Amino acid sequence: MATAVAKPVIPEIPTFNVTLFVRRFDPETGEEAKWQDFDVQVHGTDRVLDALHKIKWEIDGSLTFRRSCAHGVCGSDAMRINGRNRLACKTLIKDLDINAPIYVEPIKGLAVEKDLIVDMNPFYQAYRDIKPFLIASDKPEKERLQSAEDRARFDDTTKCILCAACTTSCPVFWTDGQYFGPAAIVNAHRFIFDSRDEAASTRIEILNDKEGVWRCRTTFNCTEACPRGIQVTKAIAEVKQAILRGKP
Amino acid sequence: MSITIETPRSPRSRKSAKLEKYGWLYMRASGALLLVLIFGHLIANLFVGEGIRAIDFGFVGGKWATPFWRIWDGIMLWLALIHGTNGMRTLVNDYAERPWVRKSLVVTLWAVCGVLILLGTLVITTFDPCPANSLPELLPSFCTNK
Repeated sequence: MATAVAKPVIPEIPTFNVTLFVRRFDPETGEEAKWQDFDVQVHGTDRVLDALHKIKWEIDGSLTFRRSCAHGVCGSDAMRINGRNRLACKTLIKDLDINAPIYVEPIKGLAVEKDLIVDMNPFYQAYRDIKPFLIASDKPEKERLQSAEDRARFDDTTKCILCAACTTSCPVFWTDGQYFGPAAIVNAHRFIFDSRDEAASTRIEILNDKEGVWRCRTTFNCTEACPRGIQVTKAIAEVKQAILRGKP
Repeated sequence: MSITIETPRSPRSRKSAKLEKYGWLYMRASGALLLVLIFGHLIANLFVGEGIRAIDFGFVGGKWATPFWRIWDGIMLWLALIHGTNGMRTLVNDYAERPWVRKSLVVTLWAVCGVLILLGTLVITTFDPCPANSLPELLPSFCTNK
């Protein structure tokens, strides 16, 4: 005997129209970057990335931006949305003010290559400079054990996805491209406070630089910008203290 | 067929940051001390006794008759001027991009700071509360009592 199963009621997803102002730059014409507006119809579940896809696939195929996983893990699509650095794939349009236009522009402080794409090389260079890998003297023959407490010490800074949202929200970085920037310091923190790593003093020495941690003005822009919720400013402060102590 | 590989970027130039480190420490230490010194100064001048109405040449003269307030004001002068100038220096480093602009602004800042410290210290150390040939009613009471 068949029993009637009540069909779950799924409320209809609302749709609405939004205007996106996108900062466009075409290196082939070399003209100054300018705002271009697009009207798109989006669903209540759509993210800014979906709206950008809609523009690229249906309105203007020349719109250029980076995205890979589209789910907040790869860190490719950091951009400045309504004046704040966010991941386009983690920002729901309904959470923004949809009655006003949404402004999308490339992250600041790095050279724009085209539309929303910037040259990430200086950012990666700062990351390389802090030696972001385990440095240990013994041979990797057996597992390197670590207590849960020791692991927890740097847990927060392991979450970094190198999207550059923090570094390009930093006013010091905007005017001084030589500054290591929050992301590099966060990744140095990840190894400085790792009990298995033996090169904390090397990294401390690297960051005790004219362009190192002392350039930080504790404005907390980085902490606010981080899409992973890393306490970036706190991590920088801990590295400062490690430098003063001379050890982690 | 060959592929040209771009030469690796030059490594970040290493600049010693001893001064930056001590500068950062100085800002914190002097900031904490200045909180006590400045509020102590404000309370002594504006709240205690008759308050703001008591401030005149005689009041300052009376205060500086004791070494306690001379030392207090001297420390406050040095700490505050260096603290402020160092703060301005970091602002200049943040916003002045051209090296010569940066250099000239920083040099000007420290020169002004040096002159102000020199003049201030001169006043505090050589101040005479009872200068000769002044109107007696403008002087603190202990000058005429002698």
